Amino acid sequence: MDTESTYSGYSYYSGRSRGSHRHGERSRDRHKSRSKDSRSEKSVTINTPPAEPLLGDSSVRGEPVQDDNWGETTTAVTGTSEHSLSQEDIVRITKDLEDSVGLDCRRYFTLTLAVILGLLVFLTPLAFLVLPHVLWPEKLQSCGTACEGLFISVAFKLLILLLAVWALFFRPPRAGLPRVFVFRALLAVLVLLFVVSYWLFYGVRILDAQDENYQGIVQYAVSLVDALLFIHYLAIVLLELRQLRPYYSVCVTRSTDGETKHYNLGQLSIQRAALAVIEHYYCDFPVHNPALLSASKSRAAKHLAGLKVYNVDGEFPAAQAEGPGNNAAAAGLAQSQSRAMIAAAARRRDTSHNELYYEEAEHERRVRKRRARLVVAVEEAFTHIKRMQEEEQKKTPGDVMDPREAAQAIFPSMARALQKYLRTTKQQHCHSMESIQQHLAFCVTNNMTPKAFLESYLCPGPTLQYSKDHWRSRQWTLISEASVTSGLKDGSVFNLKCVDFNLVVTAKKIPYIQMSEEYIDPKSHKFVLRLQSETSV
Amino acid sequence: MSYVPGQPVTAVVQKIEIRKLRQGERLILGFSIGGGIDQDPLQNPHSEDKSDKGIYVTRISPGGPADVAGLMVGDKIMQVNGWDMTMIKHFHALQKLTKPNEEVVRLLVTRKSLETAVKGAMGLH
Repeated sequence: MDTESTYSGYSYYSGRSRGSHRHGERSRDRHKSRSKDSRSEKSVTINTPPAEPLLGDSSVRGEPVQDDNWGETTTAVTGTSEHSLSQEDIVRITKDLEDSVGLDCRRYFTLTLAVILGLLVFLTPLAFLVLPHVLWPEKLQSCGTACEGLFISVAFKLLILLLAVWALFFRPPRAGLPRVFVFRALLAVLVLLFVVSYWLFYGVRILDAQDENYQGIVQYAVSLVDALLFIHYLAIVLLELRQLRPYYSVCVTRSTDGETKHYNLGQLSIQRAALAVIEHYYCDFPVHNPALLSASKSRAAKHLAGLKVYNVDGEFPAAQAEGPGNNAAAAGLAQSQSRAMIAAAARRRDTSHNELYYEEAEHERRVRKRRARLVVAVEEAFTHIKRMQEEEQKKTPGDVMDPREAAQAIFPSMARALQKYLRTTKQQHCHSMESIQQHLAFCVTNNMTPKAFLESYLCPGPTLQYSKDHWRSRQWTLISEASVTSGLKDGSVFNLKCVDFNLVVTAKKIPYIQMSEEYIDPKSHKFVLRLQSETSV
Repeated sequence: MSYVPGQPVTAVVQKIEIRKLRQGERLILGFSIGGGIDQDPLQNPHSEDKSDKGIYVTRISPGGPADVAGLMVGDKIMQVNGWDMTMIKHFHALQKLTKPNEEVVRLLVTRKSLETAVKGAMGLH
């Protein structure tokens, strides 16, 4: 199993109508490696390879300069086995390692700062109340009823503040952003300044002077807690409410296959907008399937493959460099060469559009046929099991199965059709046999119909639907020309890069809408009988 | 004014000559018609017999050429310049009335009051 090629096309010897399909198939097998042992009729193998880009891509990365014939003399990499790593995986793992260490340090640093600030804020009013009793108990006036009433108010306001801070700030962080969160930093600085100024005043006027008016001190502490509650209100408005109203419409496009979606965002900074876009991406965009991109790459390679430029006039391109003059000549030569190639390619009679059309039509037919077979097989498999009622359970205790065993019992009858369908739609790397059986057990437990079971295989779902290793790109890079803490503006563009693809995000302002009203009197709806068509002459 | 299939239609008609008014590049007559063999006769408010598919005058613009000539709402148009209007499609009736280079149209119209007036006059004799 280790060296078996897992990235095979559809099985060449499967039982299918002979004759008319054969000659069409041969031309299509150019880019797929065939695996001869998937012809087994009795045993079914669905392997679990990691998704790999096609031949040659993984080895090309990281090589700066190659000569022209490099691609032609290299031997093809026929996919990888379950235990080997490609270069891409290594790059990804090293990046993860490097960045996670740095990010954790920063997170703990901010966490400790926040905890210190929180403790300072909570203990300050209590300190204000307790310190006079500790430092000058004899001189202090006794606390009357009004003063003791204020104690209750301080206690409850502190409790409310505690709950509010817990609700707003003590949530598990959902992302690590590249730059500091500007509003939070501002708020922390404001709170710190505020508390420090109160302490200063307290220290100078009350501690030094040893004020005896305890009620005044208690009122001072109450005013501190009130002001803290107002700062918390400010925090809610700045951090949460301001972003809720939609202000910008962003258009998110995936660079590899062009999937586009539009979202409405509020007035956010670029890094927060990027975070919102990524969260929407995981829910809305169909999963990225690199296997579907191979056809267009091979077509692109074929467009200019047959043309080669020969230099008949005998100018030597940049071999003897004499300074800028020769470089300019070399650059001019390269430009004229590429122009000549473009002109020649445009003039050439190209029949690749024809091939594309027929290939796509044929693929469509094949997919539909396999889908029909799959649907029938699954429906038939589902008829073999039936949910048992309570009374029957007592009567025949023999053959009773739990959902997992039931799934395993009916799985082989539909496995082959499912495997072939997944191969045809190039989704076989997204689903492992284990995950399919789990899903089948889940559907059986919840009384789902065969159609509901098949829904997750017939159309590519959002990335969240697949197993954890498909969410690999939890490491995203934000590429932006403007500073990432500046706000979104009309026309701002930024890129979100992960290992496999780019998301290009453009923001547009939602226009100001001018609405006017028109009043219709309910009594003004009057009607008149007319001939069917009356024309004026 | 009712139509009995197989029998000739008889009616007391009034000759009305309308001189068209030029408005910009259009010649208007100043009234609206309804009816025709392709229209629904049950919706005609002016006809006595609800199976009558003739062309009726439904509206007259006050002060227009038709009003001046004496046309009235509810008149059934029998002929326009010699062309029959009792068995005609609505669109063709329109065409016959709005020929671009004609300045004058001569209509034969009939109405209930004409019939009663003539009957009354005959009854006196």
